[in-house]
Amino acid sequence: MSSIKISYPLMGNYEVAIFYLLSHTFKCDIIHPPKITTRTAEIGSKYSPDFVCAPFKYTLGTMIESLDKGANVIFQMGGGCRYGYYHELQRKILEDLGYDFKLINLISGGKQVNLLKIFKETNLPYHKIKAIYYGLITIKMVKYIDKIEDYIRIHRCFEVKKNSFNQLHQEMLNEMKKTKSLFHLKLIYHKYRRLFKKIKIKKPKNYIKVGIVGELYTLMEPFTNYQMEQLLSDMGVSVKRFTDVTYLLFKKKYKVKKFLKQHLLKYRMGADALDNIYHTKYLCEHNYDGIIHMKASFCTPEIAAMPIINQIAHEYKVPVLFFSMDMNTSETGVKTRLEAFYDMLEMRQK
Amino acid sequence: MKSCYLGVDIGSISTKGVIIDSQNKILDSCYLYTEGDPIGAVKRLLNKLKIPKQYILKGIGTTGSARKLIGLMLDANVIKNEITAHAIGTTSIYPNVRTILEIGGQDSKVILLREGIIVDYAMNTLCAAGTGSFLSSQAKRLGVDVEEFGKIALKSNNPVKLAARCTVFAESDLVHKVQIGYEKEDIIAGLCRSVVFNYLNNVCKGKKLESPIIFQGGVSKNVGVIKYFEETLGTKILVDPNSHLMGALGVAILAKKNETDKVYKLNLKDIKFITKGSECSGCSNNCELLKIYKNDELIDIWGSRCGKFAKQ
Repeated sequence: MSSIKISYPLMGNYEVAIFYLLSHTFKCDIIHPPKITTRTAEIGSKYSPDFVCAPFKYTLGTMIESLDKGANVIFQMGGGCRYGYYHELQRKILEDLGYDFKLINLISGGKQVNLLKIFKETNLPYHKIKAIYYGLITIKMVKYIDKIEDYIRIHRCFEVKKNSFNQLHQEMLNEMKKTKSLFHLKLIYHKYRRLFKKIKIKKPKNYIKVGIVGELYTLMEPFTNYQMEQLLSDMGVSVKRFTDVTYLLFKKKYKVKKFLKQHLLKYRMGADALDNIYHTKYLCEHNYDGIIHMKASFCTPEIAAMPIINQIAHEYKVPVLFFSMDMNTSETGVKTRLEAFYDMLEMRQK
Repeated sequence: MKSCYLGVDIGSISTKGVIIDSQNKILDSCYLYTEGDPIGAVKRLLNKLKIPKQYILKGIGTTGSARKLIGLMLDANVIKNEITAHAIGTTSIYPNVRTILEIGGQDSKVILLREGIIVDYAMNTLCAAGTGSFLSSQAKRLGVDVEEFGKIALKSNNPVKLAARCTVFAESDLVHKVQIGYEKEDIIAGLCRSVVFNYLNNVCKGKKLESPIIFQGGVSKNVGVIKYFEETLGTKILVDPNSHLMGALGVAILAKKNETDKVYKLNLKDIKFITKGSECSGCSNNCELLKIYKNDELIDIWGSRCGKFAKQ
């Protein structure tokens, strides 16, 4: 390979952190993957099996778009479900399409692989000490982004001036791109935490609290769920979501052990099914008004979790709304159901 | 002058309108087919609906799949989704109802209520098998008027079993049953029953249907479907004579609740209302934009994801 150009599929706002890490670690070009658009979805579904889960199609679409932009090394992750085999199939599909590239899987079978070993094998020009140092910064950055976004989801619905939260959020992400050191990052975080707390909000006495659980990609990539969180915020609903990268990478291990001790379920069910069931229980016990469960179509672990979530919610008398997101889901249908859900929660509260 | 309120429910197949007074009494109502032209249908509807003499129109509500467009056209003060509208309309007549089954032209839904409050609902997501349009297309195939469907189904003692999970496969199974010589009334009865099974399996899965149960939507006019619902659920199913108007009634009641000082007039004859579709090429999202003109004046653009064309 002449000049190495690295790219990666997208998810939510983590692009900032990933680009930061890669551009500081490797001495080669990093290509920004284009934002997910309708075109991405179209390309992705064109070359994917129809019954594969939607994240496969979106990531494949992004990969093709970045390959067309000139990338020749792509990072992909694999999770604890079918997602674990994604990279193999995607590699095969892309090779059949005639692309000459290298696909590197960072997490396989739910376990982190030895990154340094992989980098050595693949001859990527990287700096070992820098990789560790900037890796630490990136981890911290992801944690900060998650903390701020959690705050945004809960408080955005009360904003007095429209878009004030989103604007500040964008500013923060832009500033994080220019992080110089761990200390600098910490300063940025504290500065924006203060600014977010200063945003004028009007908190009504009775407001609706909704918890969102479900499949991770659909939850975290707003394009795939039709900006569900923004829609809810616009309706004046405060949103709680547990699943984020911090949770998946660092908290999940301990939480799952704790969950298994509670004897509601004996076994793990793959991916985040177990977590979602316990989070549903948590939401029910903490007086949330409703629960929204989202998954990509054909997501097997979540399909297994749905009846259990339904039963738990039924016992606590909390309504659940199930969504199955795909390219073939009609946006109008989603919005109608969401509106009706909101009306229902509002009527119940009275 | 007394005040009255208009509710319009523009569904995929039919358009319904009611005018109510402040006691929720229906003063006038109208039911006609949408025929794929919601704007035209509403114009025809408003020509037929008469506001009684000593009344003035104080509110307009719209619901159904074309609620947004018609709401903009009529300058409605309430635009509500059909689930809420149906629940409110039904509870205004039957305050004790606990389950509402609704089968319309393109969608079917179940709404569970306790003490007049919606506690749970579901809507068909994947397929239109077991809805009104399935029945009407099969009626056409069998050469029977869809209005006669229920009566013919009641004649049968031996309904045919149909593979009705999917509309297309149900149709091929139906053709097969016709070709090997089953009687028409048995096949029609089988169709009515398959609608019931399909609805209970796909929409109501896992939900407890407690009586009193009310059945509404266009398909509730089909006595055959009512019969098989009663047989399967083992309880009496209530069907209101105005069951097709419940959505319109509900949204009229909502319009009453959100009444303002504004007085509406129903002269749409001279208003030109045009929609134009186009594709935005601003980015690779290629959003389908819908431009809405009222008297040649652009009043709104829908469909953009980025919010570039959002109304200020």
